[in-house]
Amino acid sequence: MTKYMRHAAAFCALLMVALLVNAARVQVVQAPSYDGNAANRRSAIARYGQPRGDILVDGIPVTGSKDTGEQLRHERTYRNGPLYAPVTGFASQVYGTTFLEHAEDGILSGTDPMLSPFPLWNDVTRARNRPGDVVTTLNRAAQEAAYRGLGARKGAVAAVEPSTGRILALVSTPSYDPAELSGNGDRVTSAWARLNDDPEQPMLNRAVRQTYPPGSTFKVVTAAAALDAGTVSDLDAPTDSPDPYRLPGTRTRLTNESDDCEDTSVRTAFEWSCNTVFAKLGVDVGLEAMASTAQAFGFNDTGLRIPFSVAPSTFDTQVDKAQLALSSIGQYNTRATPLQMAMVAAAVANGGQVRTPYLVERTVRKGGETVATTGSRPIRQAMNPATAVRMRELMTDVVREGTGANAAIPGATVGGKTGTAQHGIGNSGVPYAWFVSWAQRDDQLEPRVAVAVVVEDAAADRGDISGGGDAAPIAKAVMRAVLDS
Amino acid sequence: MTKAGTTVAARQAPASDVRLPRRRGIELALIVLAVLLSVYGYCDVGLAKTGTVPPGALGYGAGLGVLALLAHIAVRVRAPYADPLPLPIGVLLNGLGLVLIYRLDLETPGDRAAPAQLVWSTLGVALFIVVVLLLRDHRVLQRYAYVSVVTALALLMVPILFPAVNGAHIWILFAGFSIQPGEFAKVLLAVFFAAYLAANRNALAYAGRRIWFVQLPTGRVLGPVLAIWLISVGVLVLERDLGTSLLFFGLFVVLLYVATGRTGWIAVGLLLAVLGAVAVGWLEPHVHSRVQDWQHPFATIEAGLGPNQLAQSLFAFAAGGVLGAGLGLGHSILIGFAAKSDFILATAGEELGLAGLSAIFILYGLLVERGYRAGLALRDPFGRLLALGLASIVALQVFVIAGGVTGLIPLTGMAMPFLAQGGSSVVTNWTIVALLIRVSDSARSQYDGRVAP
Repeated sequence: MTKYMRHAAAFCALLMVALLVNAARVQVVQAPSYDGNAANRRSAIARYGQPRGDILVDGIPVTGSKDTGEQLRHERTYRNGPLYAPVTGFASQVYGTTFLEHAEDGILSGTDPMLSPFPLWNDVTRARNRPGDVVTTLNRAAQEAAYRGLGARKGAVAAVEPSTGRILALVSTPSYDPAELSGNGDRVTSAWARLNDDPEQPMLNRAVRQTYPPGSTFKVVTAAAALDAGTVSDLDAPTDSPDPYRLPGTRTRLTNESDDCEDTSVRTAFEWSCNTVFAKLGVDVGLEAMASTAQAFGFNDTGLRIPFSVAPSTFDTQVDKAQLALSSIGQYNTRATPLQMAMVAAAVANGGQVRTPYLVERTVRKGGETVATTGSRPIRQAMNPATAVRMRELMTDVVREGTGANAAIPGATVGGKTGTAQHGIGNSGVPYAWFVSWAQRDDQLEPRVAVAVVVEDAAADRGDISGGGDAAPIAKAVMRAVLDS
Repeated sequence: MTKAGTTVAARQAPASDVRLPRRRGIELALIVLAVLLSVYGYCDVGLAKTGTVPPGALGYGAGLGVLALLAHIAVRVRAPYADPLPLPIGVLLNGLGLVLIYRLDLETPGDRAAPAQLVWSTLGVALFIVVVLLLRDHRVLQRYAYVSVVTALALLMVPILFPAVNGAHIWILFAGFSIQPGEFAKVLLAVFFAAYLAANRNALAYAGRRIWFVQLPTGRVLGPVLAIWLISVGVLVLERDLGTSLLFFGLFVVLLYVATGRTGWIAVGLLLAVLGAVAVGWLEPHVHSRVQDWQHPFATIEAGLGPNQLAQSLFAFAAGGVLGAGLGLGHSILIGFAAKSDFILATAGEELGLAGLSAIFILYGLLVERGYRAGLALRDPFGRLLALGLASIVALQVFVIAGGVTGLIPLTGMAMPFLAQGGSSVVTNWTIVALLIRVSDSARSQYDGRVAP
């Protein structure tokens, strides 16, 4: 009997070995694939187990976290949600993240390996890093001025610091409160449906994700191309421009809003926004030079990230002369984001150099220790410095005595350009009002701010729409806010 | 200095060179360690979940300590030669089980299971003390073989009259308590099998006709035991308690093999097991789905229905890794309603890791090994088969449930001895430990001062 008892004992030992081997299989060998299974809630629970890091504007958080005591414990909160929505985006437990919440998710959720005190430290301890904060380049006063300026109208504002590319304001209206999407309940689902079905598209980030025909504001690019290419050497010399201008190879006649455009000088044409002069100028400069200048300003760049991606602004390079004429006054296939037009204004203000725009100054640990700073960003020369000097003149003239008078600020030099962009089939849509500008306080060495404003005001009477009337006051408020801060 | 007890013992035992150490001091030290470990775990859970030592820590430690100490005194008095390991192992596993259930209670504030478990544990230890004090010699049980089997069958059949809970007819709901009579039937059946096989093992092994290469015993000898076994398994299949029917099956085959020494029984047993498993797996939808879950644990995820319990259990084990998340820091509550009972091991696996899980398996392994050791040291066939049967119950039960929740074999609902929530189970397991203490005392005392091995 002893022998058989020993056999039975061996059998039991075998069962135990099988259990141990299988446990090792599940807990060690298969563990990574089980951990990574999308149906495994643990990563979500860990993600929301600690308060999310904050997004800072002027050193003050515009975000927060709320402890719900639920399984997914912390929910995102927003201070002035609609004001900063185009920057922060949302951080939803159901619908994921967008914009800075998305681009800086590693820092904000604490998964970025840079947050750990030593390399591989967290792999050993299995601890989670404390999330870090994201310090933005935004200027609170400028952001508020832009939001207030747009008010109930549909539109967008982008402001950058010309010498660095720091984005000072990024506003899109109508906006929404991202806090509505933070949690995971029925309220979030219905808010999501409502926001997506809204014809006003409150979640569309018009400042960086929507392109508009830039209209006359594109004349800044055309003028710069003409000066650089040598097509124009004397701004005050009369041009050989008919009014109306027949588009080459077509019977279409291009007219102007203002009178006295025939054969007028580039300076006057710029001041009063003569379409005929600039359409012809574009054709005279030629497609190649126009395209290369536009691209130097940032058009056709599909890779721009600030750090979230920006919709590429376009300048069509496969056009005939008639189309080039229209493209040169910001129509046809020319389209730009407000941020792109702010870059155009900034290039003029910054001696012809385009600084790549960025929104994140640096990322920090809780307590302020820097994790990473936005490194040096590429710089492009959009035009010769000499050209930039003359473009500054043209733009300041617009504000001093032209269509942009509404943007003038006492004690500061302001350059600007208005635009009224036709769009829709047969130009039937309510035109977009544009204004691009930059400002330099008289007691300072360089321009502090460049702004682009677009107002797509569907409610306004068509006759009232003009860059100078609708958009320039908003740009002025933003510029003042920056100059005063 | 001579203590009274020692002098008496010395007087009773005539002069001899062979004296086995009693090792009661070691048992006491191990019990203290087991209690301290449990209290440590209890505090650890509180610190992890709320940042404070739970207010009940002192009471919990004192309660567990007093229970263990009373059990130890009972052993000291009535089973002084008993193996010093089974009692501390029982205390540690029971203490750890209470910690795990308490920890899971924190996730389900509306449904607290730890207080009831503590009451049942107290009852279990009380029964342990009763058995150790009253049962002077395990051979007495042999006389009650038929009483045992009748009681066992009755206990097994009673739940059929009660409504099913979660698809299985294995509970009796009584005054707010749910009792699982099948648990008690285990020990009673082990007693019966051991007694019957010990009495008839020669007839089983050598009489009867030989068919092909299997020496069949006479029907008169094999008939009754086969009938009882078939009834038990049949009833359990009706009640859908497949884990227990598998356990009885294994227990019967192991005991039959050891009693007769015929390998043929193993072959027949395995053949029957495979046939039965295939038939049940094919016909019974409850089992069929379990087998499917086992083969494809993530099928429900792929179907967009979310993870099922087995998938959640596997996720929990995987999340534990080698060192575990730490007590209180896992998310095994995601498993759902059976997290505190059938799936308690997943919490251990997630929060204590492979290291802790291995330690738990080794504790069970030691308990089983001590049972076998006691059986090997005994002279009487009944005692040997009883010890072996009790140890095998623990081994098979641990294998069936642990193998089920870790995806090694299809899942069958069973209670992890001592760890899982379940009063009947805790009481039964304390009885098993009491009987192991009793047989080990007999095994070791028979050499003391009397006959050298």
